[in-house]
Amino acid sequence: MTAYVLRRLLGVIPVLALVALGSFLLIHLVPGDPAMIMLGNEGTPAQLEMLRTQLGLDRSLPEQFILWLGHALRGNLGESFFLGRPVSRALLERLPATMQLAVLSLVFSLLIGIPAGLLAAVRQNTWWDQIVMATAIGGISVPSFWLGLALILVFSVQLGWLPSGGYTPLWEDVGLGLRTLILPAVSLGSMQAALIARMTRSSMLEVLRQDYVRTAKAKGIHDWSVIVKHALKNAMIPVITTIGTAFGVLLGGAVIVEIVFTYPGMGRLVVLAVQRRDYPLVQGALLLTSVIYVVVNLAVDLLYCVFDPRIKYE
Amino acid sequence: MFTSNAATLPRIWAAASAGRALLRRVRKNRLAFSGFAFISLILFAALFAGSLAPYDPLTMVVPDRLQSPSLTHLMGTDNFGRDIFSRVLYGARLSLEVGLAVMLVTVAVGVAFGMLSGYFPRLDNTIMRVMDGMMAFPAILFAIAIMAVLGPKTVNVVIALSVVYAPRTVRIVRAAVLAVKALDYIEAVRAQAAGHLRILFRHILPNCLSPLVVQATFNFAYAVLAEASLSFVGAGAPPPTPSWGNILSEGRMYMQGASWITIFPGLAIAITVLGLNLAGDGLRDVLDPRMKT
Repeated sequence: MTAYVLRRLLGVIPVLALVALGSFLLIHLVPGDPAMIMLGNEGTPAQLEMLRTQLGLDRSLPEQFILWLGHALRGNLGESFFLGRPVSRALLERLPATMQLAVLSLVFSLLIGIPAGLLAAVRQNTWWDQIVMATAIGGISVPSFWLGLALILVFSVQLGWLPSGGYTPLWEDVGLGLRTLILPAVSLGSMQAALIARMTRSSMLEVLRQDYVRTAKAKGIHDWSVIVKHALKNAMIPVITTIGTAFGVLLGGAVIVEIVFTYPGMGRLVVLAVQRRDYPLVQGALLLTSVIYVVVNLAVDLLYCVFDPRIKYE
Repeated sequence: MFTSNAATLPRIWAAASAGRALLRRVRKNRLAFSGFAFISLILFAALFAGSLAPYDPLTMVVPDRLQSPSLTHLMGTDNFGRDIFSRVLYGARLSLEVGLAVMLVTVAVGVAFGMLSGYFPRLDNTIMRVMDGMMAFPAILFAIAIMAVLGPKTVNVVIALSVVYAPRTVRIVRAAVLAVKALDYIEAVRAQAAGHLRILFRHILPNCLSPLVVQATFNFAYAVLAEASLSFVGAGAPPPTPSWGNILSEGRMYMQGASWITIFPGLAIAITVLGLNLAGDGLRDVLDPRMKT
């Protein structure tokens, strides 16, 4: 157990290093001189020189990376060109909203995906199965932003049941917070719900064919008890491993959905930053989201060995 | 020379008949068949957009703005009086171009690095760690960041999405190569002193095609979806090039009164991606019967 945890922890280090290197190099692909872009057309040569020194652009690339990494590790991701304030502050302000959205979408996709996949597997080749699978393949084909617009049209414009945008932190007002989060979370989470349903179904079908399930049935254990206690528990193993990946997709996909619902998360900030060519902000957002993603994946991997004790001995 | 020629012809015949057999099985598979039907429809729209489109997709006719769908404007007009049907047709062109290009690039990169990684154990660790690092960036955000740096051009969309989706393909090819490499006949070929290149391209690659074809289809689907998402947030191909994503994003402001501007391009995206997903599922059933449930 300890060996497994230790190995996983060590395995994360090279990935994080690559993520940092990737985020750092990205900005150096920008055509032109960052200092010139920052100053615009008004900079005098002296100002330009000063800014270059300030940004460390006069040093070699490896030196710049070490310097940048040192700052990043201490939480300093540089100044945003346009906001005129630290990138880390701007991002951390928006992070809770995006995390809320991503977590709620994940909860939604699990609550819908697992039971739907279970139903389809248990009632394989019936019309239950066909409806679930048809909905699922539809679900992975519809873009989240289009679904979001359709939901706004129906539930906000026509029926007037739910707000079409805005944001209330859950810790300030749970009811209102949830109301504003439902539509964004459904549009963001439905594709993952569909994927989870497909995976749960195929995993369940695999498990239901195993000998121990037949044994359990032969012992006269009630059908649903076999399905839930014996089969589902094992069928969940591949599903759990994908939760980490799903969370990453949701965190990235939040960018798009936040635009649809004018939701003040990190994604909207990033899109604005892209339009304004605010590179430090884009870089910081990429780095922060990826680090969160890697950490969540690590947590899922560690949880995984609780569910599947075989892993520990490998 | 003589022997190799004599051996090549039957091989071509065998390949052709295997191709025909596959086609027959795909035709019998309802999923795959309907998928290919949807894709053909969109492909037809894209290829003949020039002759099918009743109007120029860029011409603005302001007096005709925001007209609802009618016989003169099948899908209505947008806030500049541009014909949505014509714009959706031209949008198909961009979507399929990007999707196809991303598919080809990811397959090429996937085959190259997947084979290197799977076949040469010394390269394996390095290549796979780099792929892990690339996959640690959430896909859409990574693509947006690359677009921010490269600038809004169609070719940059292809680059960004290829960077994002190639690592998955590398992984899949690598896994297939590892499985095939362990089989006895590779040992036999090696015993005949066949070179690495010959073993890789003649003996290993053909047996890795099934998962690769399936993955290529899904990469196409991801790319179409991602291209639309990028254009939707304004990080895709620059306007006025009609793309499904930017038609949708422009129509968003008029959603209450003129929902057709958002409905039709969205339907086009959904039909294309659905077609590709159905084709991918169907191909997987046909090519890899073990996966069939």
